[in-house]
Amino acid sequence: MAVKGDRAPGRVAYVNARLLDPATGLDGPGGVLTDGEMIKAVGPSVTADAALDGVTVIDCGGQCLAPGLIDMRVYLGEPGEEHKETLASAARAAAKGGITSMVCLPNTDPVIDDMSVVEFVARRARLQGLSKVYPYGAVTKGVKGEEIAELGLLAESGAVAFTDGFRAIKDAQVMRRAMMYARTFDLLICQHPEEPSLADGGVMNSGEQATRLGLSGIPRQAEVMMIERDIRLVELTGARLHINHISTIEAVEAIRSAKARGLPITCDAAPPHFALNEVAIGDYRTFAKLSPPLRLESDRRAIVDAIKDGTVDCIASDHTPEDEESKRLPFAAAAFGGVGLETLLAVTLELYHNGHLTLLQALKFLTSAPADLLKLRAGRLAQGRPADLIVFDPDRGWKVSADKLLSKSKNSPFDGRLVQGLVTRTVIDGRTVHVAE
Amino acid sequence: MNGDTEPFGFPHRHLLGIEGLNPLEITALLDRAESYVEQNRQADKKRDVLGGRTLINLFYEDSTRTRTSFELAGKRLGSDVINMSVATSSVKKGETLIDTAMTLNAMHPDVLVIRHPDSGSAKLLSEKVNCAVINAGDGAHEHPTQALLDALTIRRRIGKIQGLRIAICGDILHSRVARSNIHLLTTMGARVRLIAPRTLIPTGIEHMGVEVFYDMREGLQDCDIVMMLRLQKERMHGNYFPSVREYFHFFGLDYAKLEGAKPDALIMHPGPMNRGVEIDSEVADDFGRSAIHEQVEMGVAVRMAVLEILTANLDNPQPRNL
Repeated sequence: MAVKGDRAPGRVAYVNARLLDPATGLDGPGGVLTDGEMIKAVGPSVTADAALDGVTVIDCGGQCLAPGLIDMRVYLGEPGEEHKETLASAARAAAKGGITSMVCLPNTDPVIDDMSVVEFVARRARLQGLSKVYPYGAVTKGVKGEEIAELGLLAESGAVAFTDGFRAIKDAQVMRRAMMYARTFDLLICQHPEEPSLADGGVMNSGEQATRLGLSGIPRQAEVMMIERDIRLVELTGARLHINHISTIEAVEAIRSAKARGLPITCDAAPPHFALNEVAIGDYRTFAKLSPPLRLESDRRAIVDAIKDGTVDCIASDHTPEDEESKRLPFAAAAFGGVGLETLLAVTLELYHNGHLTLLQALKFLTSAPADLLKLRAGRLAQGRPADLIVFDPDRGWKVSADKLLSKSKNSPFDGRLVQGLVTRTVIDGRTVHVAE
Repeated sequence: MNGDTEPFGFPHRHLLGIEGLNPLEITALLDRAESYVEQNRQADKKRDVLGGRTLINLFYEDSTRTRTSFELAGKRLGSDVINMSVATSSVKKGETLIDTAMTLNAMHPDVLVIRHPDSGSAKLLSEKVNCAVINAGDGAHEHPTQALLDALTIRRRIGKIQGLRIAICGDILHSRVARSNIHLLTTMGARVRLIAPRTLIPTGIEHMGVEVFYDMREGLQDCDIVMMLRLQKERMHGNYFPSVREYFHFFGLDYAKLEGAKPDALIMHPGPMNRGVEIDSEVADDFGRSAIHEQVEMGVAVRMAVLEILTANLDNPQPRNL
């Protein structure tokens, strides 16, 4: 259930927990003491017995206590597409999913390419008092890929990084100038890696499956082409580049070798691309129509390997709410994208349950890694850090059910999936905003 | 130095750029220019040094101050001065630069002053004519008389160039003024810093003996002189910065950004200024610190010296072709 947080949290001791802090490698019994909006103490000495008068004690019942999750790629729909998602509905879904910070895409209407829109989004999110929202600024005005947006002023007003979101920056000269300009202020540019002139018109991964279904394909090469071009532009400009939601073997190989050469490149993967393959489309299931498209099983396994060996730096939900009118259509006409806030932790924990990662490693992709990349204060269990916490049971099983999602749109590619890992409490700035039954 | 045959210590036929000049040659030009400053402040500004000589101003780009400055310099020294601008010349009818040069050459001018949007055009012209050629700005390459007038301004204000810390700020990429100043100031022993967004810093410029900064406050720290450049929008194909308000916010010179510079730091600008773009009006009009009008005054003196010296060298049997 969602809990309306009280305004003055005071001091709270979360005791009898398994502490997990990926930033320090801490994995052991103990508790966390919060004072107001900050973490006051972390460790085995924080117990119910040691709590002073006036400290509220919350017994975690031996469950895991970790930093709140940071989801670095979320589309919020507001302003402009409030019928698909609002800051309020996304914030409730995020709280349920254990996400205490979201970084939202600029492809809104109006686009986040102006200081006033950055401030609008930040202020509206603060009014919800739930998950923190950090906006991306657009790289180009109107995300049109033509003129550089006011990156410096946008950063000063609160944009944490820059991307044109769903759109790749197609023109190499524009991308070069944007990267060069961004480097002036040491700003991070994130790119949706897809060569639009090759992907245009495609609706799923190009190959046998698309041919059988009679659907036009998006060649896998469209992804690696854009990544390789951008790697060359990193060489040219020296700018930091982050590549979003990689989906193919070739993309993994290109990024792995660029990193080995010491280039300042990072990337993330989204749960659908390490948990599903194009078979999920089955009989024209539009909830599995994603961008980038679901690929082959060999690609999925390559993404898992890339997560294990550190080629992938972060995991992000790529939450893209689409209403029924956009999804209840013939496959080719349906919108791309899937919701993911409420399934981010559980699907990521499949990597732990399947023996690919330790619990601590899995959490790192959702906490300290994105925090470091975007220079956020959150994502750590340490004194003086924001009291953004989750309590969760990594083993508790549940079934993803579209109609039970809190997101305003229900288009989950994981609908019907049995998963493990349930968030039982979400704390933001010292206030509990979600408790599971 | 061949002091006997070159009375001014400047053994060159043309002035195509600052690159390659040595400190003695630069000093020779500045010393001679110095002598004209006082003359230009008298009621009688004329001296018959170039009597009978012909100077042609050949301007392929619009210019007010540089063309006027050369015209005045020529006239004050008694030369005949012809101004040719693109709008009125046969260039409009499709004549190439070399054909125009040959045509003009046939009229036996003594000095050709050329401004052209293409880098290297002054050099090309100099290879085709018998007279002295002065580069008044070629593309993004050089503008040597601007650097000389800046140097004269600095020398008169501070007494020296060597050891000064000088920041050149703004559109370095498209600026011939920046390149000429980098050559001159580093040759004379100043420590030169460049400050601009990365999109306006040309590749490899750090190999020209300068330090590059991307933050105004950091770059202006302890500077003796701040040289602002004009944003050359006419040369910007594509976008190098997002907006004028963002440019001014981060790279426009105002008192706040000037705080870290030396308290008496000199403010310079080659003009014409874009107020509120690269420079705040308050700073530009600061009587005590801004040398902007003095720069214009020095321009005439410097051009008189260059005209006098190059014309004298015309009679020299073996001037170096620089």
